[in-house]
Amino acid sequence: MSATVNPPVVFTQDELGWVSWIEPLPEAELTERHFNGLVDRARAKSEYFRLLVRDPEVLEARTKTDKDIFYNVADGLPRAERELAAAATSRYNGCIYCASVHARFASTYSKRREDVQKLLDEGVKADLGERWNAVVKASVALAATPIAFGPDNIKELRSAGLDDAEIVDVINGASFFNWANRLMLSLGEPSK
Amino acid sequence: MSTPDIIDTLVGIEPGSALDAIRGKRMQARENAQKSYLSLFEPIDAGDFSLLERAAVAAFVTGLHGESPVASFYRDKLAATAGGAALVKAIDAEIARGKTSGPYGSFPAGPLSIENTAGLIYRVDAASKSALSPRLVAALEHAHLLVFRPRDAASSDMKALLAAGWSTTGIVTFSQLVAFLSFQVRVVSGLRTLAAANA
Repeated sequence: MSATVNPPVVFTQDELGWVSWIEPLPEAELTERHFNGLVDRARAKSEYFRLLVRDPEVLEARTKTDKDIFYNVADGLPRAERELAAAATSRYNGCIYCASVHARFASTYSKRREDVQKLLDEGVKADLGERWNAVVKASVALAATPIAFGPDNIKELRSAGLDDAEIVDVINGASFFNWANRLMLSLGEPSK
Repeated sequence: MSTPDIIDTLVGIEPGSALDAIRGKRMQARENAQKSYLSLFEPIDAGDFSLLERAAVAAFVTGLHGESPVASFYRDKLAATAGGAALVKAIDAEIARGKTSGPYGSFPAGPLSIENTAGLIYRVDAASKSALSPRLVAALEHAHLLVFRPRDAASSDMKALLAAGWSTTGIVTFSQLVAFLSFQVRVVSGLRTLAAANA
């Protein structure tokens, strides 16, 4: 837990740090069980992952779920639009840290940095064109509690050109960020 | 795997169906969503977060999302957990008191403040406190925050859990459980909606 925190007050594509509110495991105390939980050994450098690795089995399963939903680009939705679903969910739930990471990925993979910035600046009602609007709207409907996702979202995704496998990628990507946002928002805070 | 896939079960996905084939293209995600469920509800060590507490929090969290096969599943799970049947009534009462619409809450003071939205700051009813342990009272109050207003979370909320007897490791697993259920309930709802659109 660092001494000085400088929290961002707007959504941004800049790189942010993240500071834990409770004690992560010290690097020196990590065992093989913990490294299995981290999946990537390099994550031992991250305060966030050294906190979550207090429950290594849950972290390992969470990480592998995450990686397959976003990185497995065999078939299905292009990576850019999975990242868009993650960024839109984070914008709507209010996770400035998660939104920064996934807005950057969405920009990198789509080459539409200005549209991504429009989502961050104007919020989830920003007009980003039919296909992106449908992805954002579906993500927002899934993030609402009670869940507002319905047949109209499926219709809109289909008329925007998504097939069922791609729609499932939207559902998985958006749903996953309802998991990630809640951890990032409640266990610590972002810092510039 | 000995335990049937929980998401397939709750959606009603039959082997050989179109959705079964689509989920099959993301096998690592499918298997690890299942492993997440198992590591949260059949953990190798429940010392920091008891099975009864896990079942009670799960019934509360999924119930707050409204009636669904997921909520019924976790309510039944609570009733079937040792000591759980005695809590069902109190949890149901708290679900009824805690239901609202989210996400709401405040952003860090600045340009985003115009998006701040007020809403219920839920506290467990005094009448339910006799049935629930102080740890569980603190857990339900924090779970409600995570479900409906996660952007309101502050370091003082961590202190409240620690003060109620939660260990740091227990807080991590508890947070994972609420966050995981927020994922699971949405995947199930989304896939059910898609299945119904194709029926």
